[in-house]
Amino acid sequence: MAINKTRLHKKHIEHNAKMVDFSGWNMPINYGSQINEHNIVRSSAGIFDVSHMTVFDLSGSEQKAFLRKLLPNDISKIINYQKGLYSPLLDKSGNILDDLIVYNMDNNFRIISNCATSVQNHEWFIKQSTKFDVGVCLNEDVSIIAVQGPESIKILNKIGYNDINNLSNFDIKFDASVMIAKTGYTGEEGFEIILNNSEVVSFWEKLIDVGASPIGLGARDTLRLEAGLNLYGVDMDQTNNPYESNLSWTIDFNDSDRDFIGKKALSLIDKNISKELKGVILKERGILRSGQVISHENGAGKILSGTFSPTLGYSIGMARLDKGHNNKGKVLIRNKEFNIEIISLPFIRKGKMRL
Amino acid sequence: MNEIPGDLRFKKSHEWVRVEADGSVTIGISDHAQDLLGDIVFVELPEIGTQMSAEDEVAIVESVKAASDVYSPISGEIIEVNEVLLDNPEIINESPYHEGWFYKLQPSDSEEIDELLSPEQYGDICEE
Repeated sequence: MAINKTRLHKKHIEHNAKMVDFSGWNMPINYGSQINEHNIVRSSAGIFDVSHMTVFDLSGSEQKAFLRKLLPNDISKIINYQKGLYSPLLDKSGNILDDLIVYNMDNNFRIISNCATSVQNHEWFIKQSTKFDVGVCLNEDVSIIAVQGPESIKILNKIGYNDINNLSNFDIKFDASVMIAKTGYTGEEGFEIILNNSEVVSFWEKLIDVGASPIGLGARDTLRLEAGLNLYGVDMDQTNNPYESNLSWTIDFNDSDRDFIGKKALSLIDKNISKELKGVILKERGILRSGQVISHENGAGKILSGTFSPTLGYSIGMARLDKGHNNKGKVLIRNKEFNIEIISLPFIRKGKMRL
Repeated sequence: MNEIPGDLRFKKSHEWVRVEADGSVTIGISDHAQDLLGDIVFVELPEIGTQMSAEDEVAIVESVKAASDVYSPISGEIIEVNEVLLDNPEIINESPYHEGWFYKLQPSDSEEIDELLSPEQYGDICEE
């Protein structure tokens, strides 16, 4: 299979990145030390090349009706604003096909979703759009840079973006062809910038020149895990519904006249007995890893994402488990049992421990 | 390019062996191995007195990315472990051949040492 490269590939090599294959893309995992990069984002600001993410642009007169059918979260919430909305993408059984952000760009909508699901999503969107006057275009002409960290506003101000200081979370703003969205995947203040491929290298260089550090996808993973944000394919997939994936808040039943894909199946789920997705903390010596088995006084579970938390200094993970755990349990690591704490996510919010 | 000191012997699985003046051996993981692993955040070391056979799992090293087993390159009795690593596993990244050693062993079969890879042979494997 041919490996895709982003327009910033050469820049990553220049910065001594260790490159790895990531769902068909050759991407920087780190530029030396994942932990240092993680700490930079928590303390100042870092920049990420996330151009492997997939961008779909919609067109046509029935985009709103289409999206209200396609997504369990209701884009009516953002219909009067230039703003983004997070939503899972469900199949008819209410299971999760992907997660995404849909942006209202003055009533033309843009969807940004994961890279591993790009082909599958494209086919799904086209299939679901046939009953609507809607066009779905996979946009390969744009790149995405994330600027994340407490100093991200300062960094963008330094390169001439001065009108982004008062944006609220999920707000978007346009500057010529550059789209700036107040979103991210780190739990810090930050922006995701979608711009033409032809402009991305000079934009990246400007950010480096004013002091932003390039951050690899390794740190992106530890940052998002501390922030309690799910990773599709690890923390949830097509065998899970939103209720057992900490995503109940994204299912919008407010408009009873609205039908959306998966609605009927979700309404039949007994939320009292379904499993739940929680945070797990291991304070003893050891590292939580995907697949480790959890037991507690009223049930069992499994670790999904697991790693060492650079901010907290011990291991954290996400787990899907039976209810009734009273916030404690045990995890089996290499045939030894360790005590764990089970908490509500996230672990870290805006650089601070939430515990 | 990763460092490969000329006075050590190696295993294909990236462990190094230094023969000390008293006949004991010191064992750790190579610069190439620590580089592949990334930031190391956890180590589990063997107990002193344990008898190891060559290629037994002797230690565990975990980075932010993944867990890896360390295999004893040769047979013998564990006589010392580097306990500093338990609280400061990042030393393995910083100094894989010196402060970052894992354990010392009294070899039970000195011929096994002769069968280990030379620095040149190990360098060729890392190139692959």
